[in-house]
Amino acid sequence: MIPGRFDYHRPASVAQAVQLLAELGDEARPLAGGHSLLPMMKLRMATPEHLIDLGGIAELKSITDTGKSIVIGAMVTQNKIISSELLAEKLPILRETSLQIADPQIRYVGTLGGNVANGDPGNDMPALMMCLDASYHVAGPDGARSIKAREFYHGAYDTALNAGELVTAIEIPLPPAGQGHAYEKLKRKVGDYATAAAAVVLTMSGGKVATCAIALTNLADTPLLAEEAAALLIGKALTPALIAEAASAAEAITSPASDGRGPAAYRTKMAGVMVTRALNSAAKRATA
Amino acid sequence: MSTIEQVPITLTVNGKKIQRFVDPRMLLIHFIREEMTLTGAHIGCETSHCGACTLDIDGISVKSCTMLAVQANGASVTTIEGMAAADGTLHVLQEAFRMMHGLQCGFCTPGMIMRASVLLKEIPDPTEEQIRYGIAGNICRCTGYQNIVKAIQYAAAKLNGRAYQEAAE
Repeated sequence: MIPGRFDYHRPASVAQAVQLLAELGDEARPLAGGHSLLPMMKLRMATPEHLIDLGGIAELKSITDTGKSIVIGAMVTQNKIISSELLAEKLPILRETSLQIADPQIRYVGTLGGNVANGDPGNDMPALMMCLDASYHVAGPDGARSIKAREFYHGAYDTALNAGELVTAIEIPLPPAGQGHAYEKLKRKVGDYATAAAAVVLTMSGGKVATCAIALTNLADTPLLAEEAAALLIGKALTPALIAEAASAAEAITSPASDGRGPAAYRTKMAGVMVTRALNSAAKRATA
Repeated sequence: MSTIEQVPITLTVNGKKIQRFVDPRMLLIHFIREEMTLTGAHIGCETSHCGACTLDIDGISVKSCTMLAVQANGASVTTIEGMAAADGTLHVLQEAFRMMHGLQCGFCTPGMIMRASVLLKEIPDPTEEQIRYGIAGNICRCTGYQNIVKAIQYAAAKLNGRAYQEAAE
């Protein structure tokens, strides 16, 4: 399995990459870690005439604490996320999620930017970024802009990116003190996409839920923000009955495909199970 | 579409600096096997699942069927051929796989050893669970992994100055 022919470009800056994308047009694709794009090219399901390798752009590889948020360069790998002490301290849910993605070799090469920008509903980071209310920094021919993760995903592989635009960084607001978190993923085996997965962050106050966000992976054409499920919990004690109610509300917004991971009804049920587990773990980790 | 330009690459393979012109679409595993004639790394699934093509690239484990040779430009690459000493003394992991019967058909072994060597650099004295998690990207269809895990434990013990007690089953 050999990819089709293409011309190779290796810009040294975001400005150069954006310029190349503008000059080369529709036949050019940016290459991040390549662990989604190269398999597609080997199958000839993607046949770009130009590859723009972002691997030489140092400015895309840093993790920065701005005091209000953490900004992660698009070319930061899953392994860098796992080994970052800053993230372990400030946003431990990233590490927890990265550790459930693919396998060690793929985590060394696969990037956060590629994971969020590809628009593959099987990817884990998009739902997490929706849960955390992250924004994506984008550079393009008309300059830079920021797009909320919650507004980024329009359909499978269909995102808010315009032609010639590139995700350069992911900005995640620092979580409030005492926030509990969990990413629960059911998968058939190492390296598989989720049968169902759920991200939860919440804060507790006086034994009751003060804030909560829930998002779901691989249960529709896009990641899903389970707003109604989260809203049900606010101001209430997290009893088993209430958790079951939230799980049902989350199940109600799913529309998974029936595939090798199971029939749609099973995957929907598993969405509820993942939400239940994630709510329980997040609540245990929350301090108030 | 116009003619595709070959791209010059410079990389260090098993300590030796080399320069070549390559087609941009050439996969690193093909470059290593066909251009460098280092056929220790194997092509198993060719879809980044099996890990038989795993190489050490600048200290990380990479499935070289899913990396272009041009992406490795400037890197230092170690293959299974670069593991034993110049006088033929086996690398501790090679010795361990031999002593613990960590292979049957041997197809997965080069990838297993290249992966295990990076794992032991990151976690010098791993638990069994850490070993199993750490080699989760490498598939073996013969051994059931038991003796592969033991081989990595043997190598870790030896690197930490301990004797590994358990004999291979």
